[in-house]
Amino acid sequence: MKPWRLSPHILLLLPAVLVLLAVVILPLILSFWSSLTPFRLTRPDSIYDFVGLRNYARLMGDGQFWSAFGRTVLLLTVALNLEMLLGLGLALLIERASRGQRILRTLLMFPMMFSPVLVGFQFKFMFNDNVGLVNNALQSLGLTNSAIPWLIDQHLAFFSIVVAEIWSSTSVFAIFILAGLMAMPRDPLEAARVDGCTPWQTFRFVTWPFLMPFAFIAMTIRSLDVARAYDIIKIMTDGGPARRTEVLWTLIARTGYADSKMGMANAMAYVAILLSILFTVIFFRKLAQSREQIAAEW
Amino acid sequence: MADLTLNRLDKRYGGFHAVKGIDLAVSDGEFVALVGPSGCGKSTTLRMIAGLEEISGGDILIGERLVNDLAPRQRNISMVFQSYALYPHMTVRENMGFTLKIAKRPQAEIDAAVAEAARALEIEPLLDRRPAQLSGGQRQRVAMGRAIVRSPDVFLFDEPLSNLDAKLRGQMRTEIKKLHARLGATVVYVTHDQVEAMTLADRIVIMRDGHIEQADTPDEVFNRPATRFVAGFIGSPPMNMIEAEVRGDRLRAPDGAELPLPQAFRDRVSEGQRVTFGLRPDDIYPTGHGLHAGTQVETRPLEVELTEPLGNETLLFIRFGGQEWTSRMLNPRHLRRGEVVEFQFDLSRAHLFDAESGLSLRDA
Repeated sequence: MKPWRLSPHILLLLPAVLVLLAVVILPLILSFWSSLTPFRLTRPDSIYDFVGLRNYARLMGDGQFWSAFGRTVLLLTVALNLEMLLGLGLALLIERASRGQRILRTLLMFPMMFSPVLVGFQFKFMFNDNVGLVNNALQSLGLTNSAIPWLIDQHLAFFSIVVAEIWSSTSVFAIFILAGLMAMPRDPLEAARVDGCTPWQTFRFVTWPFLMPFAFIAMTIRSLDVARAYDIIKIMTDGGPARRTEVLWTLIARTGYADSKMGMANAMAYVAILLSILFTVIFFRKLAQSREQIAAEW
Repeated sequence: MADLTLNRLDKRYGGFHAVKGIDLAVSDGEFVALVGPSGCGKSTTLRMIAGLEEISGGDILIGERLVNDLAPRQRNISMVFQSYALYPHMTVRENMGFTLKIAKRPQAEIDAAVAEAARALEIEPLLDRRPAQLSGGQRQRVAMGRAIVRSPDVFLFDEPLSNLDAKLRGQMRTEIKKLHARLGATVVYVTHDQVEAMTLADRIVIMRDGHIEQADTPDEVFNRPATRFVAGFIGSPPMNMIEAEVRGDRLRAPDGAELPLPQAFRDRVSEGQRVTFGLRPDDIYPTGHGLHAGTQVETRPLEVELTEPLGNETLLFIRFGGQEWTSRMLNPRHLRRGEVVEFQFDLSRAHLFDAESGLSLRDA
């Protein structure tokens, strides 16, 4: 009898398929399955109780979940826009520097070298109402006498988190936009000056359209980042006080590990991932559009 | 339209003196070409006129207006760049109308101006394309269209044809000439291509090392070059030149070869003076193959070292006075390498330059 053999192309693909299966597909199937059960970490047996879409149905009416969802979108919007404006400003300033530009570029990367957990701890200390740097400075300058509850007031806490996010990640925008500025041809800028543009008009009509794809790359990367925001918030406020800074992933982690409702947490995670996918698709479309606009060859 | 005046215009980059106080007056409607080797300051001069470079000294006047410290947008000029510098994200129509849009002109006026320029340049079918979808020649036309839409006081061209292939360059040259005839515009045109300068310009300004060597009509710079540099720069193949010393009524080359002193210069040199003798390839030819009927012709039998047939003419390379000379044979006959032929030197068309200063010894 002829021995049974795999054809070579299947054989060669097999390692990749097996690895993907083990580390991606299987966990995906497992987590999706568990989102259809009332799986609790404390009652392992519950993974076999199929309840259909009940977890998802409950989510739809869950106020806590939707406020976390909304807060995540808000954080995304506010942080990304501010980061882009600041990053753009930084990039424009650094590009003008004729000396020491390399050093400035290196310095720009510094905030990215710290773990978000450490950034969280640092800002938690700075915004502490008793011993924090911020209150200390404000009081020394005579701007206030009271201890401002930065991490306790709902709005101030959100603000503090935004500040920490911006500090740690503005450089992503700055670096991409700077790369765009450096790749930009000089001649259209000069043509614009001759054509009658003020410096602002040159920026608005010539520089910015060219930089847009670079900004959108940064946007895509950062939207994925912020949509899964966890570490900084976990450290600074842990979603508190009273869940007022709760975002999707702090809620999911709490539901899954603290309340051990893993089935529900997985259902939430699937909805959260939809959000990430949505933002990615939007920014990718924009990116493709703006690339086509400047006839980019990359 | 307006005239343009440069007074003692100066540019320094740190220790480097790029433009050394040049004077130039371009009259209304005149086409002036700035030519010279790389680094001679021609582009810098143009960019100073445009306002893209600050000036270190002197004055620039457009019409009666001193524009030294005005921004480019306040000078009412148009510029065509070597790289075309089109806005990649705008259509051809938007590119051309951009300057009027910035000037907040009514849309109807913009459309009319763009349509007219597009018609003149025959780019109407391209109006809705983006620059990336155009060929080099089409981009060049769009760049020119963008310049004429604005009806500026002065047109500035910065080597506009150097990115095109030879055939297209010839076409666009004609195109520019027609355009200038039609618009009657004041033009300053920078090029390193002497053919462009000769064919297009009313006046050619030859620059070297930041100063002007000669500014005159194409005919004058070709036939009466003011300096040895101009003589060598204008004309192709370049003028034959040889160092010589005045000995009575003869010129002696370092290797002892002699030629009679051209009559036109007889009273303008002194005994023993060191000079550069120059003669264009057109003025050395095998007997019977010349262009002009010379009044002082010297005949020498010389060996043909190399021939370059071009169809309507043949370039011959010969050795005389210790160096290689180029000769242009019109109505060519077949000549072999090594053949000895009678060559005529038309000394009535010769040039003499002072060996020290490089200035022409011809009466001014």
